[in-house]
Amino acid sequence: MSDSSLRVVWVYPDLLSTYGDQGNVLVVGRRAHQRGLNVDRIDVRSDQPVPTSGDIYLIGGGEDRPQRLAAERLVRDGGLQRAVDNGAIVFSVCAGYQILGHEFVNDQGERQPGLGLLDVTSVRGTGVRCVGDVLADMDEHLRLPQLTGFENHQGITHLGPTARPLARVRFGNGNGTGDGTEGAWNDTVFGTYMHGPVLARNPLIADLLLKLALDVNALPPVDDRWYEALRAERIAAATQPA
Amino acid sequence: MSGNSEPLSPRAKLAVSAGRAAAAVSRAAGRGSGSVIGGRVALKLDPDLLARLAGHLDVVLVSATNGKTTTTRLIAEALRSEPDDVVSNALGANMPAGITSALAGGSRARYGVIEVDEKYLSTVARDVTPKAIALLNLSRDQLDRAAETRMLAERWREGLAGTKALIVANADDPLVVWAASSSANVVWVAAGQEWKDDAWSCPSCGGVLQRPGDEWACGECGFRRPTPSWALSGDHVLDPHGSAWPIRLQLPGRANRANATTSAAVAAAFGVPPQTALERMFAVTAVAGRYDVVSYQGREVRLLLAKNPAGWLETFSLIDPPPAPVILSVNARGADGTDTSWLWDVDYGRLAGHPICVIGDRRLDLAVRLEVAGVDFQVCQTAEEAVRRCPPGRIEAIANYTAFQDLRRAVGN
Ligand SMILES: [Zn+2]
Repeated sequence: MSDSSLRVVWVYPDLLSTYGDQGNVLVVGRRAHQRGLNVDRIDVRSDQPVPTSGDIYLIGGGEDRPQRLAAERLVRDGGLQRAVDNGAIVFSVCAGYQILGHEFVNDQGERQPGLGLLDVTSVRGTGVRCVGDVLADMDEHLRLPQLTGFENHQGITHLGPTARPLARVRFGNGNGTGDGTEGAWNDTVFGTYMHGPVLARNPLIADLLLKLALDVNALPPVDDRWYEALRAERIAAATQPA
Repeated sequence: MSGNSEPLSPRAKLAVSAGRAAAAVSRAAGRGSGSVIGGRVALKLDPDLLARLAGHLDVVLVSATNGKTTTTRLIAEALRSEPDDVVSNALGANMPAGITSALAGGSRARYGVIEVDEKYLSTVARDVTPKAIALLNLSRDQLDRAAETRMLAERWREGLAGTKALIVANADDPLVVWAASSSANVVWVAAGQEWKDDAWSCPSCGGVLQRPGDEWACGECGFRRPTPSWALSGDHVLDPHGSAWPIRLQLPGRANRANATTSAAVAAAFGVPPQTALERMFAVTAVAGRYDVVSYQGREVRLLLAKNPAGWLETFSLIDPPPAPVILSVNARGADGTDTSWLWDVDYGRLAGHPICVIGDRRLDLAVRLEVAGVDFQVCQTAEEAVRRCPPGRIEAIANYTAFQDLRRAVGN
């Protein structure tokens, strides 16, 4: 952490904020605030430089054309890679997740380079779009309860050797590779296909990001009653056939 | 602008009466108004029926993400000078089958004022050769199944290129402007658009839009807000001559005043002066329960429909200030869209100070949303319980699509 406040950077809300993923910023901010932390939320539009001194960077999903524009601008800007070199935490969703990989297929059907911050490569699926509630077991290294979320994507994301699957799906599609993986992570960079928004459905992932940013092992507990009730409902819903 | 009177072919007449029979059967079977089923039967018998029915009328099409039902009513009233001279579609029947049924409805009609689903605008505009098309706004809606917002604008743009219709379009929505500017004949209306989060990037080139005050412009390609000839200014319509006409509506809110402004601009194209048009619009009351105030459990419950983030934002700006209690109800059934993530695009912090009860299938999503917004709330199981927890007086009840239908039923509307 740079100084007395936690710097939470919301990357490109003008392009990548279409599926309610702004909720991830709100949940991180709220849970930090409940622990007595000052939060400095920085919204960075795609015509502004990405600051390199943030603690947590959040990137959301977007439509195909904005995804192409966002990737072009992030690659050209270079700020996010420098922030990761400085030890920043990055959490990304759907189109944002694909952009963090080596490459993805854009709205013009072309392979487009991403930021290479995650060892993943995305292509466009030819089958039906993956839409619906998902239930998955989180990577055991993360020691987190089950992942619940809502997926809505056509992408297929293949993991390379230095990316670990974020979770293994029980219900739903996740990365769409057929091997049951969902999302990817390395030490400080996370990606998932889950909306919901995913941190509202899985507040302990938000806490994990805070712990990594603060370099602490534990946080004071907060009242998770409503999150727990929502999780129970959505986990039950994911296990029902549509 | 006036309709021609070429008679319907025997085949078209047969299709119309078969459609009416099917609608009657459907009504008798308790399956709603029957207009969609009737239209489907008729279209199957005569695929060109829509075009032929419309050939007898001056047709106005109305499309948008929000406000198209109300605006259709406002325009219909503004144009109506005799009881039977306007036909219009039944609520929600805004796809080709429902539209066919509406146009077949009145033999003495001169005008057809037709609400069109956003996805079908290009098709219907091609089939019915409209005289005017009103375009209000485009924003995110049911993203788990609807087309992307900019794709919709692109389809409008392609579909409307070369149309002979007069386009009456909102100059304050960049997506609408982009869609409309492929047409030769456009009247721009400064109708406002509170929701801006689907139009930060230039629909033309992808550059970032700069939005100082009411203006907007792309820094890259020069695409910018056109100069409007009509405008909503407070509670007045400003016409192209600079005259201000008072808006008096039974419908609340800025969005409805914007709809009235667009409607006045459409009516003027058919020779109805703004003053007459606006006076006629006063006749429009609640549309299918929307904005209705219902006495229930000793309280006055106002029913407000909000289906997407832009709609919620406009609704927050028209409710009574605190301490007016607010009931929020959200479902995520097929007609609502099954993804509730959009709740996080709505600034529920604006409800701070109101006592809030949440209900609906997805009340727990609302609970977490409000918890994170730092707003106090209670979770209730039913509408009745929520109403009883509110003090006597006015209650503002805001619900999305199927939740709104549930709410109407619960309070006996
Ligand atoms: Zn531009």
